Order: sequence, then C-alpha cells, then structure tokens
Amino acid sequence: MKKPNIIMLLAAILPLGLFLFPLWKITLEAPQYPTPLGMYIYINDFADANPHDIKNINLMNHYVGMKYIPEAIPEFKIFPAGILITTVIGLIIAFKGNYKWFLYWFILMIVLSSAGLYDFYLWEHDYGHNLDPRAIMKFTNPDGSQMGFQPPLFGTKDILNFRAHSYPRLGAYFLALGIGTSLIAYLIGKKNHKKYSDV
Amino acid sequence: MKHIIKSVAAFITGLVVLTGCNNSNQSNSKSGALASNVAEKVYVAPGEHDEFYAFISGGFSGQLSVYGLPSGRLFKVIPVFSQDAEKAWGYNEETKPMLETSHGFVPWDDAHHPDISQTAGEIDGRWVFINGNNTPRIAKVDLSTFETTEIIEIPNSAGNHSSSFVTENTEYVVAGTRFSVPIPQRDMPIKDYKGNFKGSLTFISVEPEHGHMDIKFQLIMPGFDYDLSHPGRGKSHGWFFFTTYNTEEASTLLEVNASQNDKDFIAAVNWKKIEEYVNNGGGTMMPANYAHNVYDESTHMATSTLKKEVLTVNPLEVPGAVFLLPTPKSPHGCDVDPTGEYIVGNGKLSANLTVHSFTKMLDAIEKEKFAGDAYGIPILNFEDVLAGSVEQPGLGPLHTEFDGKGNAYTTFFISSEVVKWKLGTWEVLDRQPCYYSVGHLMIPGGNSQKPWGKYVVAMNKITKDRYLPTGPEVTQSAQLYDISGEKMELLLDFPTIGEPHYAAGCPADLIKPRSKKLFPLEENNHPYATKSEADTKVVRDGNIVHVYMTMIRSHFSPDNIEGVKVGDKVYFHVTNLEQDYDVPHGVSMIGANTSELLIMPGQTETFLWEPKQEGVWPFYCTDFCSALHQEMQGYVRVSAANANTPLKWSLGEDIE
Repeated sequence: MKKPNIIMLLAAILPLGLFLFPLWKITLEAPQYPTPLGMYIYINDFADANPHDIKNINLMNHYVGMKYIPEAIPEFKIFPAGILITTVIGLIIAFKGNYKWFLYWFILMIVLSSAGLYDFYLWEHDYGHNLDPRAIMKFTNPDGSQMGFQPPLFGTKDILNFRAHSYPRLGAYFLALGIGTSLIAYLIGKKNHKKYSDV
Repeated sequence: MKHIIKSVAAFITGLVVLTGCNNSNQSNSKSGALASNVAEKVYVAPGEHDEFYAFISGGFSGQLSVYGLPSGRLFKVIPVFSQDAEKAWGYNEETKPMLETSHGFVPWDDAHHPDISQTAGEIDGRWVFINGNNTPRIAKVDLSTFETTEIIEIPNSAGNHSSSFVTENTEYVVAGTRFSVPIPQRDMPIKDYKGNFKGSLTFISVEPEHGHMDIKFQLIMPGFDYDLSHPGRGKSHGWFFFTTYNTEEASTLLEVNASQNDKDFIAAVNWKKIEEYVNNGGGTMMPANYAHNVYDESTHMATSTLKKEVLTVNPLEVPGAVFLLPTPKSPHGCDVDPTGEYIVGNGKLSANLTVHSFTKMLDAIEKEKFAGDAYGIPILNFEDVLAGSVEQPGLGPLHTEFDGKGNAYTTFFISSEVVKWKLGTWEVLDRQPCYYSVGHLMIPGGNSQKPWGKYVVAMNKITKDRYLPTGPEVTQSAQLYDISGEKMELLLDFPTIGEPHYAAGCPADLIKPRSKKLFPLEENNHPYATKSEADTKVVRDGNIVHVYMTMIRSHFSPDNIEGVKVGDKVYFHVTNLEQDYDVPHGVSMIGANTSELLIMPGQTETFLWEPKQEGVWPFYCTDFCSALHQEMQGYVRVSAANANTPLKWSLGEDIE
C-alpha cells in the first residue's frame, strides 16, 4: 500500500472517534451553580456533564418558556449513519482510489460537516426562540423584540444570569483531524504523482 | 551631692515607669484576643472551608451540632433524641418510630458524648455515635447524610452516661449505666440499694459495613455509679476503662454520702476475654424489653422493633476479665492516651490528677497482687498501678485529651482553666483560664491513636457576661485555643447549642468527599413514593385518604384536591422530584396538628392532616425554593362528612 493511501486509511478511520467521544459541549455558568450545568452532545445522544444536568437545564429554561431538550432527535439516527457511510467510502477510496478521490472525500466531508453544523444552528435557534407564549417570564430586547435564549454555536455568550459556553470536544477533533488528514493524503498523493510523471 | 541623688532618683523612677509601661504593653499584646494575628488564625474567608469538623453534643437539647474549626461557624443542628419541627424529625410519619422506646414515644433526651467511628485506631469519619442519658439510648448519625439513622435502647440501664465510646475498630460502641438500679427492675425499698442494685456495662456490636447495632452482651457490675469510660488502644486494645463514683452505694444525699471514700475505682474490663466467653456460649439470656429503631435510607422510613431479651454476663464467671483500680475521689473523665499506656482518672474532688499505667496493671494482675475485692471483683493496689500524679494542677479535674505529641490537656471545673501537662514527667507546662467553669474539651481525634493536635475546644458550663445578654437564659460558650506552640493561645469564643458535654472532631477531608448532595429518585423505595407527575393520585380507603403528591420548581402536583371530608385522615405522601443540590421543598397545611415537612431532592415524606371543618384550605411550600416560590401553593376542598363531592384532583386545569 502506498504512503498516501495509508494516510487516507487513517483519515477514514479517525471520524469513528465520534462514537467514543462527545462532539460538542454546552456549559452554563451562574452564581448559584458553583459546579456549572453542562450538556455533552454526542453524535447519537445528549448526555449530562454531571448527573441530572439536563433535567436541571430544562427546569431553568421552563421559566422563560423554552422547550425541554428532547430525549432523542432525528439527527441521532442520521448523523451516525452519515459517518458510517462516509467512513466506508473513505476506506474503499483508501484501498482502491487514487489521490484525486482523496480530494473528493475531503470536499464531501467539508460539505456534510457544514450541513451538520448548520442543522445544529437551526435547532439551537428554534430552541432559543420558539418560546411558549405562556412563559412565566418574558424578556424583550432594547428594540422591543422578543429576547431569544439561543446558546452560541461556538464561543461564549451571556444569557440573563447565565454565561453559556459552546465548544467542540474530542469527537469533533477526531472528525476535523480525519478531514485534515484526507487533505494531506491528497497533497502527498499529488506530489508523488507529479514526481513519478516527471520521471 | 543632693543634686546627684536627685537626678539618680529621677532616673530610677523613669526606669520603673518605663519598664512598667513595657510590661503592660507586652501582656496586652500577648493576651489580647483582638490582636491581628489571632483574628487571622480563626478567619476563614468567604467561600473557603474550615479545616476541621466539630460535632458538639447538645446536652439537654437532645441534638448534635456541627461546627467548623477554626471559625466556630455553625453548619447544622442534627436532631437525634429530640423532635425538630424544622426538619419534621419525630413529627413526620417516617421518623416518628425513631423516638419509640419501651416506655412509648419519648420525644426528648439528654445527648451527651459523641464519638466518631474508627478503623485501626484512627478516626474514619463514617458515623458519630451519641448517647441519650435519660431514657438510655445510643444513636448513630450517618456522616454521609448527617442524619440519625439508628437508635437502640439500653435495657437494665439508667442515666446512660459512661457512653458512647467506640473501640479501636468500632467493634463495639460501649454504654455504661450511671445510676445503678434493680436488675431486673422490681418493686423494692430504696434503702435496700446496697448490695442489691446493679450497674450494667453494655457492649453494642457495630456491623462493619452498614454500622447496624446489636447488643452483644451486658456486664452486670456492682451497684456503683459508672461515670465515664474510654477504650484501650494500641497495646491496651481489648480493654475498656470505666470511672466509678458512689462506691459507697448511697441512695440519698449523694453529694455528701457518695463523697466519703478516699478512693473510688476505675473498672478495667477485658472485653476481648468476655467476647470469647460469650462466643463460646457463655452468659445468661435474660428477659428484657427495649426498642431498636432503624432508619432505611432507601425507603426514607424508620421502623421500630421491640426486642425481648438480652445476654447478661456475671463478671465473676469470667475470671481475669474485670479488675478495679483505686482512683482518688469520685473520678469523672476516664481518658486513655494515644499509645494506650496511660489511663487518666480525673478525680474531680482530688487535689492531684491520677495516671495509671497499663503495663503496671498487667504486671500486678499477673502477680495477683490484690488489695481485696468488691463483690468478688479483685481490687489492685493503688501504688502498683500508679504511673504518676500531676501534683496540684488545679481544682476539680474533669476531662483530659491528648495532642499526640506527648502532652495532655485537662479541664478544671472549679479553677476554670485548661492545664497542659507532660505525660511521663507529669510536669505542668502551661495553663489558660476559661470563661467560665469549663466542663469538657476536645482535640480533633483526641479519642484515638492519632490526634490532630492543632486546636483544643473548651466547652464551658457558665457564660455570664461573655456575650450580649439574652435575659436570664444565656447561651453556653465554647472557646478555641491554638495548641500548636509551647503555650496555649485563646483564639475565639463561640456560642453553642444546648449544653455541650463532649464533642468529637476530625479533619474535614475525612467527611467532606462522602457528604451526599441528594437522594437519587430511582433509588427511592418509599412505598408511597411518586416518581413522576403522571403518577400522582388521591386514593380513598374508608375515611383514610392517601395523597400521592410531587413537588418540583415551582408547583405541587396535584395542587387542587376535592372530595376530602370532615373526619377523614388525610396522609400527604410528598415526593420532591428535584435532582439538584440544595433544592429542598417544604410543605405545610393550615391546621395540621404537626410540623411542616422539609423534603430533600429525591426524598418522600408524609404528614397527617385531619380536617375538622368544611371549607377550602390552602397548603404551600415553606422553603424559598425558586423565583416562583410564592406561587407554590394549592387548595384542598373539604366537604361535610356526608357530602357526595367526588374525589378529584388536578394540576393546571379546573376540577369540573
């Protein structure tokens, strides 16, 4: 097996880390929570950072009319299938394909990951803005519009008494590393190809 | 010449004045409790934690209070032998059985001597045991929940005072009678006390994993007053030592009649020998009647069982198991040093402090050097067992603890001071006044092989003018001394709950990591637990109504109930569905003849309400739980006894 193909093999396997480690984490800090509330987003699950955190996030959020964080969402089926399929494609490419296919796989992964992030953003937006009209507490922005409680997609944001942090976790790094590695596989493959065709 | 004399005189006067000033300045800076370095020593910054836990008995409050050291801040008052309306302890249906005795429900006791469980002679921070003096009981407080989880009554005992001290691996918690009584109890003339009344020393086994208590045996001793006790440790592990007074066996005007003998005794009990005797079938099973109350954390509920027999042991039937060590003048505290060699008898009416040697005691026993016997129990010679005396250390010694560095600290009630002295040389090293009339003292780990000799807490019996006055009854006062240096240094006064007798302390790190934050809902096995709002209901069974209710921020479910009738007995079984740290909810019903409930996350508690009048009666949450706490309320409609109002309940919608 040629070196670029071995690298591509690695690239195809790395995203499987998403099945072991969380993709993202949202943390909510407030004075009353010396241990912050937190939620891990796995590719197929929401999980408590500390026991009962999601239950307690729901309890907090019901004051402003936010929906409960669902037990399961359709993405928990779609995303794992997507990763498995792209891994299989990646493996086939690693064994059978040439460097050009590495680039196609790289582009495919960039597109799918961006779509995944956009989907996550849409869910967050809905979660933060689609509020119960009978909410116990209603807040408005200075311009009079209804205040939303959408956590940031990436970064840190103050929401009422909470400071919300939203950052990728180890699973996401595995995915990113896999995607990056496929690009390296492509570049090395291309360089080698050039070398051999020059000869 | 005159001139010279004058100037010399002036110079000398000046010197005297100067040195005088110097002296007073010096003593001020030394003793002033306001000196900045002293304040820093007890200052625990906001949000920081204390280094030690102190469990201070409540005496006649029947409670055990939890303090932090060195700050002297009060964290919790744990109800043990007393009803506590704040926590519904002894009021709710779940904990009422904890206060059952063979005499029925006894909602009070005199809580005296806390002692923390030990493993291999060191404090392990799992449980605190404490004795109820009046209706003899021993309680166990679980230090993961800081709640009383077991109480066992002691039969054949009265004034359960030489209790509740644990052996080196918590094999036993020991309870000795202060008042001797007829055993078994019977109708007889009081004047026939002498020779007929007996004193029981009770060894309660502690099951190592869960701490369940069970009376292993009772040693039936001569009719003295058994005042205090302590276990042997290290080399003397396997022995237990009890001070006695009233060896005169007087039954009236004891202050005079029990103070006649020049020497009373320390009773040395080889419990390992008796344990072996009992394990081989020794002892006499005797009819008895005593309650054993156990709180189950999984059902959040206590059960009370009456036990009907107890194994008694006559000391004469186990030769070599019990000896009497003459000890001057009605000794109070009976304290064993960390090495297990020295047994201090704090002869409260004696001018000297007597210290016995365990090695010398064993030697005298081996050589059978007996001075006589008391009801067949061998008495050793005072001189043969004496290790030494601290000469004229103060007046009225009560209790001694140790710092683990070869020093002992003894309280003197009459001369109102703590005296530091050296084991082995018996010399007095330092003394510090107490304000006023100190009873007992505590060094964290002081009753173990490993004391943490940094602080001593003195618990004073008289307070007078130490704090802002509060009418005729003033708080009792504890005082904290730094004992890390050569000399003791008074750091702090702090008020205490009830009347502290003993206390027990240990580093916070032994307990803090094990302290529970909540009760997992899925582990709640209360028979009336309701684990989700969907399961809430109201069930009628004759005139008994069971309300299966839940609470979560910020509502009860159900919060409207109709169909209750005058004359019903309504049991509210209320489950707190919260699973977050420090989110209890309370509940109280207008006119309920009981206390509120204060329910921890994941817990179920029950109160009984017997409505006597038609109407619509509100209930509400009593613990400020959330921003919507004031909205956490509900109504029960009570109809006439013969009304046809259907039994219905709701949350968030009207009952049609």
